[in-house]
Amino acid sequence: MLIFTCPYCGIAAEETELTPGGEAHLKRYGPGSSDDDFEEYLFLRPNAKGVHFERWRHSHGCGKWFLAARDTATLEVFGTYSAQTTEPPAEIVTAIRAKRPDWSPA
Amino acid sequence: MRRYSAFAIAREAARFHSGWDRAWRSPTPRSAYDAIIVGAGGHGLATAYYLGKNHGLTNVAVIEKGWLGGGNTGRNTTIIRSNYLQDPSAAIYEKARSLYETLSQDLNYNIMFSPRGVMMLAQTQHEVRGYQRTAHANALQGVTTEFVGPKRVKELCPIINIDGPRYPVLGGLWQARAGTARHDAVAWGYARACSDMGMDIIQQCEVTGITREGGKVTGVETTKGAIGCKKLGVVVAGHSGVVANMAGFRLPIESVALQALVSEPIKPVMDIVVMANTVHGYMSQSDKGEMVIGGGADGYNNYTQRGSFQHVEETVRALIETFPMLSRLKMLRWWGGIVDMTGDRSPIISKTPVENMFINCGWGTGGFKAIPGSGWAMAELMATGGSPLAQEFSLGRFREGRFIDESVAAGVAH
Amino acid sequence: MSSRLPQGGRLIDRSTRMAFTFNGTPMTGFRGDTLASALLANGQRLMGRSFKYHRPRGVVTSGAEEPNALVNLGRGDRLEPNQRATTTPLFDGLTARSQNHWPSLEYDIGEVNVALSRFLPAGFYYKTFIHPRVAWKHVFEPFIRQSAGLGKAPKKPDPDRYEHFYAHVDVVIAGAGMAGLQAALVAGRAGLNVLLCEQEGHAGGRLPVDGGMADADGWIEGTVAALAAMPNVTMRLNTQVSGVYDHGYVLAYERIADDAPGSDAPRHRLWRIRARHVIAATGALERPLSFAGNDKPGVMLASALRDYIVNYGVSAGDRTVIVTNNDDAYRTALAIKAAGLDVPCIVDARPEVTGDLPARARAAGIEVKTGMGIAEVRGRKGVTGVRLCRQAGSGVPVEEVACDAVAMSGGWSPVVHLWSHCGGKLTWDDAGAFFRPDHARPPTNQDGAGFVTCLGAADGALVTQDALSNADAMARQVVGALGVKPAAADLPETDSVAEAPLMPVWVMPHGAGPKKRAKMWLDFQNDVKVSDVQLAAQEGFESVEHTKRYTTLGMATDQGKLSNINGLAILAEARGAAIPDVGTTTFRPPYTPISMGAIAGEARGEIFQPLRRTPIHDWHAGRGAYWEPVGYWRRPYCFPQEDESHADAVAREIDATRNGVGLLDASTLGKIIVKGPDAGRFMDMLYTNMMSSLKPGRCRYGLMCNENGFLMDDGVVARLNDDTFLVHTTTGGADHVHAHMEDWLQCEWWDWQVFTANVTEAWAQIAVVGPKARTVLEKLGTGIDLSAEGLPFMAWAEGRIGGFDARVFRISFSGELSFEVAVPASQGLAFWEALMEAGGEFGITPYGTEALHVMRAEKGFIMIGDETDGTVIPQDLGLDWAISKKKDDYLGKRAHERSHMTDPERWKLVGLETVDGSVLPDGSYAIAEGENANGQRNTQGRVTSTYYSPTLGKGIAMGLVLNGPDRMGEVLTFNTTEVPERGGPPKTIEAQIVSPVFYDPEGEKQNV
Repeated sequence: MLIFTCPYCGIAAEETELTPGGEAHLKRYGPGSSDDDFEEYLFLRPNAKGVHFERWRHSHGCGKWFLAARDTATLEVFGTYSAQTTEPPAEIVTAIRAKRPDWSPA
Repeated sequence: MRRYSAFAIAREAARFHSGWDRAWRSPTPRSAYDAIIVGAGGHGLATAYYLGKNHGLTNVAVIEKGWLGGGNTGRNTTIIRSNYLQDPSAAIYEKARSLYETLSQDLNYNIMFSPRGVMMLAQTQHEVRGYQRTAHANALQGVTTEFVGPKRVKELCPIINIDGPRYPVLGGLWQARAGTARHDAVAWGYARACSDMGMDIIQQCEVTGITREGGKVTGVETTKGAIGCKKLGVVVAGHSGVVANMAGFRLPIESVALQALVSEPIKPVMDIVVMANTVHGYMSQSDKGEMVIGGGADGYNNYTQRGSFQHVEETVRALIETFPMLSRLKMLRWWGGIVDMTGDRSPIISKTPVENMFINCGWGTGGFKAIPGSGWAMAELMATGGSPLAQEFSLGRFREGRFIDESVAAGVAH
Repeated sequence: MSSRLPQGGRLIDRSTRMAFTFNGTPMTGFRGDTLASALLANGQRLMGRSFKYHRPRGVVTSGAEEPNALVNLGRGDRLEPNQRATTTPLFDGLTARSQNHWPSLEYDIGEVNVALSRFLPAGFYYKTFIHPRVAWKHVFEPFIRQSAGLGKAPKKPDPDRYEHFYAHVDVVIAGAGMAGLQAALVAGRAGLNVLLCEQEGHAGGRLPVDGGMADADGWIEGTVAALAAMPNVTMRLNTQVSGVYDHGYVLAYERIADDAPGSDAPRHRLWRIRARHVIAATGALERPLSFAGNDKPGVMLASALRDYIVNYGVSAGDRTVIVTNNDDAYRTALAIKAAGLDVPCIVDARPEVTGDLPARARAAGIEVKTGMGIAEVRGRKGVTGVRLCRQAGSGVPVEEVACDAVAMSGGWSPVVHLWSHCGGKLTWDDAGAFFRPDHARPPTNQDGAGFVTCLGAADGALVTQDALSNADAMARQVVGALGVKPAAADLPETDSVAEAPLMPVWVMPHGAGPKKRAKMWLDFQNDVKVSDVQLAAQEGFESVEHTKRYTTLGMATDQGKLSNINGLAILAEARGAAIPDVGTTTFRPPYTPISMGAIAGEARGEIFQPLRRTPIHDWHAGRGAYWEPVGYWRRPYCFPQEDESHADAVAREIDATRNGVGLLDASTLGKIIVKGPDAGRFMDMLYTNMMSSLKPGRCRYGLMCNENGFLMDDGVVARLNDDTFLVHTTTGGADHVHAHMEDWLQCEWWDWQVFTANVTEAWAQIAVVGPKARTVLEKLGTGIDLSAEGLPFMAWAEGRIGGFDARVFRISFSGELSFEVAVPASQGLAFWEALMEAGGEFGITPYGTEALHVMRAEKGFIMIGDETDGTVIPQDLGLDWAISKKKDDYLGKRAHERSHMTDPERWKLVGLETVDGSVLPDGSYAIAEGENANGQRNTQGRVTSTYYSPTLGKGIAMGLVLNGPDRMGEVLTFNTTEVPERGGPPKTIEAQIVSPVFYDPEGEKQNV
């Protein structure tokens, strides 16, 4: 029963208030992109056992999507942040490194 | 290997069972094998078994990081059915179901296949149409199913409330020759048979790397040293992504937790398996008397084998609506398994970008019922380079948009 | 014989008698008794039968870990199986029956299994019942199923109710024994919000029974009073912390009215708690000893025996032999003596016994036999004596002692379940021979910090003084970690006795041979013996999980609380490994079984799921609507009149609509506002067709695909003004489509200026359909020009109709002249009734979803969910016209470029008409020649929608067919599942490929 702090409304949101949205920071490939890129975008996932960047929507709260860095093996949450980013912000990376010194972004 | 029988038990009883051998040997790995299977769950062991039985390949090792059968094989709700909609699914699940019918005799190990019948309830008009479609598809696929009315549902399972206020039962898709089996016994029976063919089952041995030369697999590195192989089959369910990463490719897979529950044992009240997909719950009664219940999957990546409580709650609600007598029973235990979900929720049995390396994964919430068919197809693919049963389950289908989507029928795959 | 003692029993009220029955025999007990203590008081020691061998069994414990004394409680619709007699409070009128026997508890045919037990070792069923194949299903399995199982289930629905409570606290404490009370004091005084849960009906735990504090009852009472005075502390009795979930989520199970069947109160309550920290003051459980015959009625845990004496004034027997490997069991000897009964001897496996407690026992005149063990328990349905032997030897009896009860103690194990539920690790404690929490590896929360603390006996501190200090210190740590400074220490004085170390004894006697080992029970309920675990190890089931599954050790209803450590020790010995290297099985919630009713809570019957109602819902119900669930909505499928079949009702509704006027409650259709400077651009991405070019005042039908290219929803879009669109979705798709929009807006095109709002429930929407539609609306009086010119097809207008604020959309899903009128939800019912009244003279008829479906099929309109199923793309449905070629991009466009999507062999939409006019079966497939590589019959199409058209008087259908649109007029063969009466293969039906538009292909009816 996960709990995340929604970066928009500041509420410590229960899992039942939230909708999971899969991996974060996917780059969209539209018409004209290669088969490789499109397959990668839609289907291929690192499925990391460990640090994972993912999307959540505070659907039964403020309705906003946000992103989270979470360990899929321990369920530790390193931080939540705006969905309007293309990569994890520096403070999130720092927070992860503080807890997982061996981790490096894929 | 000494054959199991009532006579063997009687003979052993006289000497307090001191004469039973190990069910499988526990050898140290040799330096190389013709084929290595990574993962000694049901699918991996079945692959090894059919490599030996169907293709004469017995210089085989099955490597397992924990204990054989300790993953999803021993954590599921043991339902076996083949009433799938799409042709490729129906083919492999029906193959599996038919192999299950004689598996106890084939393995000389009682896996307790119990063809007690599976009923999938239709509780909306949409579900009625969906299951009628499945019944028509099954008729052409050689899968014997039948769409039945609510009266027949009640006859087959008197504890069902067919007149619920929200989702009265409108009918059901009935597969009489579907059922359940004893999950652990499937792994143990295959393991014993593989060991008997001279294969090495190496437990407590984790694969840490995959060695390749010129795009071809040459072996694996493990916590018990390097082991060479000509062919490599990876059959590790939820951990497929981790192993694929070692070989430098990615999979269309995400690992999530799926939960199951059992009640305290009671005297028999239910002879069949019932699945209620609209309200989302499914249940059967084990030979021990426990009500065995399948819950929902979490929607987020998870490797902990622990799920969230609300799925237990939702499932129990659904089942009390369907079986009101359940309310006063007590829930004994619930647990989670890590299931590997693909983009279309259908499995992958495929060659990989690495030559001579094969992968079998993505069974999601429905793997147990497929074990013999999956092993059969994977063995054929590994031994001969192609298998009609595996053909449509290739990795390439995602790129082509050639999905095998079972959720299109009213049901969901379990 | 067990009996009630003349005095004593701190929990019972001897002035209040309670009448109850057991297996139909009337008995009495006192208020405060448990069913188990009352049965013992009535001399009823035999309480049940074991699972596999049907051995006669008595109660072994006094608590939740009881494996034997399980009863069917209550009767009729309040029958409950497998209720533990040890945790069932006695009440007046209680009825209980013992389980798992036939014909009676005393004489059970199943007991023949005892004689056969040598042929039924662990896992025997895997090795036999293999031949003949059919025998498993028809002979063996039915037999096993009948003899397995325990209690009987009720046959009727449960009349009781259940509820959920929610709590957010700083600390939840499981257990109000001494340690839990002390922890609650520390946390409460520090000002933290505390919820203290105790599974029993009274606080204090074992303290008053085991001693160690001069005025234990006084301290407990004072502490409970002090806690009650703290507004920040809540204490609940009869409430067990059942499970700990990730991130501090905790479940507790409160039993409220188990002892008052038929009362108003909810029977059980499930607490759903979020806690910053969980304190497990869950104590420890005593372990049995493994000696031959340790399962016979009269053999009990030493602690349970003294619980019955001290708490309930009940003795288990007149002459009790104590068998132990530790000092604690001597307390039982002293309690028995103090009650005026005999302890012929204490059998202590330890070679030397010198502690304080043994000294007291000896001083009380009890003989202590050191270095001894029990070779065999005499008696069949109850203990009549024990044969003693040297613990060191093979079990040759050296003497026989007559007795009618045996109190055994193999040491204690901390209750670490709550620590382990979320992955806390354990460490082996050599001195105590138990697993205790490994403080270095706690279960971790969202911050990666430990969030569960075991304290007192649960942390392995078994002696009163140690447990108290441990509880105090650990509670202080917890308080500190939560950022509060604890108050000054305030610990009560103890007078605990020092205890000498125990000697681990896993088999008694140590050198027991196979015959004896086959009579030493580990798991009492499941009949798993020492010999079974050894056999498992011998056969290679070396992992603890393998052994558990092969032998069923620890899988009974006590979930191994009694048996696990003993079993692990046997497995370790058999493997030649150390116990910690064997490890434990995983602890899973719940701690003890909890009722399904409590898990479900209030959500049952009508409100088992949320029910969404349109403003007109009750009107439909009043007219006897036959409902169709769609999402959480219920829509009228049809409105059958008296004695009318559903099919007849649908035909009547269609006929009335096509020839006069019909009304459809379309309020469930999704309505989403899309507004902002970039709304047009966004709409062009959402829909496959061009939406930005739509003019205000006009409507356009559109298709929505997901990024994977599959058709996901459809509907009519109205442009309200330059920067505002109103999107209509399907009923089931509204929430999903809105979420889909927000996903793209927030996560991909976040710089686009667009807002969305799901206003589905703000409007009631009513479709007024049929040749008389305009007349009815005009009769109501309206300022809107509803004429063909004033409001042409696919236009909309705003204004007042019959005094209602309305938006009128001139759109049609039936092919008739049709106005969909939206009014504010609050006016919906009034507007509906006004329409019904105005339309009365034209035979206005409400119609349901089935008439809607048939009419749309007659017109060849697709239905999401029928023609589409998540694998269908718009191109399959002949909807290429709705796919813009001009747009560079829309969601799904790239996906449509993939090879399988552009495959000319994809099945395409056509109409189908049977040659004989009959109705094609739902979901039928068009058969093609030959079989595929897997032996499956080839197919070339399938039916997607099929109906009897009352308008056309024949069956009509739509389907997807290989090259269908190019094969007009061709006749295909469709399969059915109908087998001819005389047998043979199922029938087939011939159907011709036709245009999917069966009715009014020119659109003359709707464009008037």
